[in-house]
Amino acid sequence: MTLVRISDDALALACGADAVAQAFAAAGCEVQRVSSWGMHWLEPLAEIDGMGFGPLVPDDVAGVLDGSSNKAIDRIEEHPFIAGQQRLTFARAGRTQPLSLEDYATTGGWIGLERARAMTPEQVVEEVVTSGLRGRGGAGFPAGIKWRTVLQAQGARKYIVCNADEGDSGTFADRMLMEGDPFQLIEGMAIAAHAVGAQRGYIYVRSEYPHAIAKLNAALALCADRIAPFEIEVRVGAGAYVCGEETSLLNSLEGKRGEVRAKPPLPALEGLFGCPTVVNNVLTLAAVPHILTPGGASLYDSLGVDRSKGTMPIQLAGNIKHGGLYETAFGVTLGKLVNEIGGGTASGRPVKAVQVGGPLGAYVHPDRFDLPFDYEAFAAADGLIGHGGVTVFDDSADMARQAKFAMQFCAAESCGKCTPCRIGSTRGVELIDRIRAGGRVPDAVEALPQMHNASKSDRSREENIALLEDLCETMRDASLCALGGFTPYPVLSALRNWPEDFE
Amino acid sequence: MSEADRIAEIVAAHAHREGPLLPILHEVQARFGCVSAKAEAEIAMALNLSRAEVHGVVSFYHDFASEADPRPCVELCRAEACQARGVEALIDAADVAAGERVRLKTVYCLGLCSVGPAARTGDVLHARLDKERLTSLIESA
Repeated sequence: MTLVRISDDALALACGADAVAQAFAAAGCEVQRVSSWGMHWLEPLAEIDGMGFGPLVPDDVAGVLDGSSNKAIDRIEEHPFIAGQQRLTFARAGRTQPLSLEDYATTGGWIGLERARAMTPEQVVEEVVTSGLRGRGGAGFPAGIKWRTVLQAQGARKYIVCNADEGDSGTFADRMLMEGDPFQLIEGMAIAAHAVGAQRGYIYVRSEYPHAIAKLNAALALCADRIAPFEIEVRVGAGAYVCGEETSLLNSLEGKRGEVRAKPPLPALEGLFGCPTVVNNVLTLAAVPHILTPGGASLYDSLGVDRSKGTMPIQLAGNIKHGGLYETAFGVTLGKLVNEIGGGTASGRPVKAVQVGGPLGAYVHPDRFDLPFDYEAFAAADGLIGHGGVTVFDDSADMARQAKFAMQFCAAESCGKCTPCRIGSTRGVELIDRIRAGGRVPDAVEALPQMHNASKSDRSREENIALLEDLCETMRDASLCALGGFTPYPVLSALRNWPEDFE
Repeated sequence: MSEADRIAEIVAAHAHREGPLLPILHEVQARFGCVSAKAEAEIAMALNLSRAEVHGVVSFYHDFASEADPRPCVELCRAEACQARGVEALIDAADVAAGERVRLKTVYCLGLCSVGPAARTGDVLHARLDKERLTSLIESA
């Protein structure tokens, strides 16, 4: 019987994978549901004896089986998109069944946890420090240092919290990992628990990811005895983008409004319910099992550039021909990612802008396609790599509209605790409207004689732009968290690179 | 069983958890389509919280509504990646197709950023939407 492997990842399902799988089953094939290879333009992708076919619709099935299909892509492993990657965190992507303990164990699963448990907590922390692993959620804080802080902190209880509130547009690596390889995340959390002495863990998943929630719950039920006495519970978010910020997430887990907390105290010392807490992103924790395998830490440290060590799962999204997940060592240039690997825009029009790092990331002009993917290089260019999302726009994009959207998004999602973010975002929307309208006439209140400080003449376009720049500076420097603090990145980068769009 | 009894049952099922409020609210929202002022009061009483605290949480999160909307709901992603793939050009047609009968809700990101425009109905996801596919999705909702 022909064995056909098709992904049951949410993205493949959204593209119609279930109907294709049923068509193969109806044609007498044995269908195995596996994780996604991450070549999203080819989904639903079917694999038969290592050969790939995609994107399929049910009517293609007969052609695939009799060899006449024009959707054959040859050997999947040798496809340039896959062969060019260096997959550590996503080593199993496309190759294993997400909920098969057997598949997980035969592909190196649990080796890291067993080795870690044979070591002292201090030794485990030192290995993570040695690896150079930095937080993959966006801030890039060294994971080992955070773990050491929690290990040394005093507390009756300690927690491991996995931040799976992947709200950034243009990112989906957390979702793919939770759906495709949930045991790896669980193993990473169990290693972290051993390293810092935590008894309990929470995975905070956004409610927009129902498939990930189901997979995690099923996986936890299957491996509860393997990670015992450590316990993990999945908690579902409630549609607040700001809960991806770690202190807001902790408040949400405690059953409160997802308002940001002032730091200090650091969550590592006073986190969930006031106890020492490790808060790490999905990709950070999922990188840990590999690092804890023999020689894993030094291999990780040998990859990447400068202080950005190891590999980064980069997500190619938006208007891109070959969108999907591309895991590679740090240092690859943005131009190579967009033009060579991504194949340019899906629409075939020229690339106008690339937003790196989600809604809070800068819009990068193609002039800067020489930028290497590296935390410090992007920071030096007034940008951020964030969670590794790369969203491509073609020349039909209106960058003033994108700048306004960044402010609108911040206004809609602000938790309301600090003024620069809560009020500044709304004022920013108004200012961008005014700049585009060419200025604004003072209103009745401003014209009153007692309004001594209000300008009596029309504010010019230049004055409005200066005001917007001032506002952005205030938001950047005075906001409590990255939502208000980084919203200026997309706004100012759009204004500086495409001033003609604001006319 | 009265609504108050059902809410008491939901609260009891989650009371052993640390920070049980969000799981309780999710279940109440799923069962009744909203978290009403009455439900807020009952949950507050059961958890020894003030009504203001519970209302503050309910009103903070986009997923909780104070009144039920019985219409079928189509959640359409309008975040940057779907914008780059042309979702804004579909909005007018989607509004016409939805009319008063279907609730068209904007969400920011369903994690399908490389195959947008994307939408969600219940737990079913839809990708690569164009005007025809989105319109027929809304009409059949």
